[in-house]
Amino acid sequence: MMAGEAALRFSGADLSLGGRVVLRDLDFAIPQGAFVGVLGPNGAGKTTLLRSVLGLVKPQAGSIEVLGYQAGDRRALIGYMPQTRAPLSDLKLSGHDFVAAAACGGGWGLPVLSRLQRGDVERVLDMVDAAAYAHRPVATLSGGERQRLLLAQALLGSPNMLLLDEPLSSLDPHHQAATIGFLRDVQQRLGITVLFSAHELNPLLPVLDQVLYLGSGHAALGSVEEVITAPVLSRLYGAPIEVLHVQGRIFVMAGGHEVERDAHVHL
Amino acid sequence: MFTYDFMQNAFAAALIVAVVSGAAGYFLVLRGQSFAGHALGHVGFAGATGAILLGASPFWGLIAVTTLGGALMGFAGENLAERDVAIGMVLSLALGLGLLFLNFFTGSSIQATSLLFGNVLGVDAATLWRMAWAGVLTLAALAAMSRKLLFASVRPELAEAKGIDLRLISMLFLALVGVAVAEAVQVVGVLLVFTLMVGPAATAQRLSPTLVGGFCLTVGLAAGQALAGVALAYLTDWPTSFWISALSAGCYLAAQAK
Repeated sequence: MMAGEAALRFSGADLSLGGRVVLRDLDFAIPQGAFVGVLGPNGAGKTTLLRSVLGLVKPQAGSIEVLGYQAGDRRALIGYMPQTRAPLSDLKLSGHDFVAAAACGGGWGLPVLSRLQRGDVERVLDMVDAAAYAHRPVATLSGGERQRLLLAQALLGSPNMLLLDEPLSSLDPHHQAATIGFLRDVQQRLGITVLFSAHELNPLLPVLDQVLYLGSGHAALGSVEEVITAPVLSRLYGAPIEVLHVQGRIFVMAGGHEVERDAHVHL
Repeated sequence: MFTYDFMQNAFAAALIVAVVSGAAGYFLVLRGQSFAGHALGHVGFAGATGAILLGASPFWGLIAVTTLGGALMGFAGENLAERDVAIGMVLSLALGLGLLFLNFFTGSSIQATSLLFGNVLGVDAATLWRMAWAGVLTLAALAAMSRKLLFASVRPELAEAKGIDLRLISMLFLALVGVAVAEAVQVVGVLLVFTLMVGPAATAQRLSPTLVGGFCLTVGLAAGQALAGVALAYLTDWPTSFWISALSAGCYLAAQAK
C-alpha cells in the first residue's frame, strides 16, 4: 500500500436503507491514521454509513473503497463495534470467553480456539487493559469495563481500521471522557484509522482529526473549524443553524434550541 | 434397585434426558430464552394428546409439535419473546386443547398425569432406544452449530455483521430445544421441563463463568439430579419428578446463596 493513499474513499456513493435513499452522492476520502467523528442527527444515516464501509450496505450508485479494495472484499482489515441492542447486564459468561466467542468466528463445529486465536484473545485483552477482570462474569462489570471488552472484540485480528458505532451512548460523562482518551491512545499506538459515530461533539473535540457530519442525505468532511460552521450545518440541516463557541465548547443551535440536546430527547 | 429392568431403563432414560436437556439448556439460559423451554413443553402436551387421539404414538406427536413450535418461535424472533401475554395465552390454549383431546379419547387421567408430570419408571426398551437416537442426533446437531450459536448468543450484532444468519440460528436452535423438551417430557413431564432444562444451567452459570466450566457443570448437575431423583423415588416411593424438581431448586438456591 502506498503512503498517503486514502484509508477510505467514497466516490459518488448513494446509500439506501429499506428502499429509501438516506445518503446521496457521498464523495470524500479519509486519510490513513485519522481519528474521524461521524456526527449528525438521529436517522441521518451514521450506522448505514458504517455498515456500507463493511460492505453490508451496498451503494446504489458510485463506489466505496477501503484501503484500496472494494468495500466488503477485505473484511479482515476492518474491526467493527456495533451498538449493543440488549444490555449485557444478564450475561454470566466471563469477559475472556465473551471475547473468545467473537474470536471463534462464525464457522460450523465446536467453539474451540486455535493456538493463534488464543494468543489473539490475550493480546486484545491486554491492549484494552482488561486482563485484570477478564475472568469475571460480564454481568458484574461496570459499563466502562464492558465497553473495553467490546473494543477488544473489534481489535481481534489486528484490523487496519476501526468502525465504532456510538461507543459512548451507554456511558456516563466521566466514563465517556475516559473511553475517548483511551480510544485515542489505542488508535495512536496502532496507527490505525478510526471512524467513531456519536451524538455529541464536545466530548470528542480534544481528539478529533476530522469530522464527518451527516444531515439531510448529505455529508461534509473536514476539520472541526471547517465543518462545524453556520453555513455548512445550515446546508446539512436544511434550516438556519447557529454555531456558538463558549469556553472551548461548541453549541449547535437551531431556532434557539440546541440540536444535540433535541437528538437525545428523541432517543 | 439396579437389578430390576424398569430401574435400569429409568436410570438410562434419566441420564440421556439429563445430558440432552443440560446441553441445550446451557445455551437456552445463556441466550435468556429460558421461558421458551417452558413454553414448548406446554405446546407439546397438545401434540402428544392429539397424537393419541389420532391413534399415533404420543412421543412422535410431542416431538413433531415441539420441534415445529421451536422453529416457529425462532422465526418470530425477539418480538415474540417480549409478548408475554400472547405466549401465556398460547400456552394455556395448548394445555386446554390437550385436555380436550384426552377427553375425546378415554378421559384417562393416568395418561394425562404421565404426560404432565412424567413417568420415568414406565420407560420400556423401545422408548429408551428412541430416546437414545433422538438424543445423539440432538447433541451432534448442537455440537455442529455451537460455534455460531455461541457467537450469535453473546454478541448478536457483531455475529450478524460477520455474516451469521441470526434468525436461522435461532430457528435451528429452538427446534433442537424442541427435541430436547420432547425427551425431557418422558422423565419429568411437560409441566416440569424447566427443572431439567433451566435449573441446572442457571445454577452452573452462577457457579462458573467460563464456557467449558459452565457447560460441563450444567450437564453434570442435570445428570446428578436426574439419577439421584430416580434413586430417591425408589427408596421413598415418592414421585421421581418431585425429587428432580426439589434437587434442581435446592441446587439453584444453594448457588444463589454463594
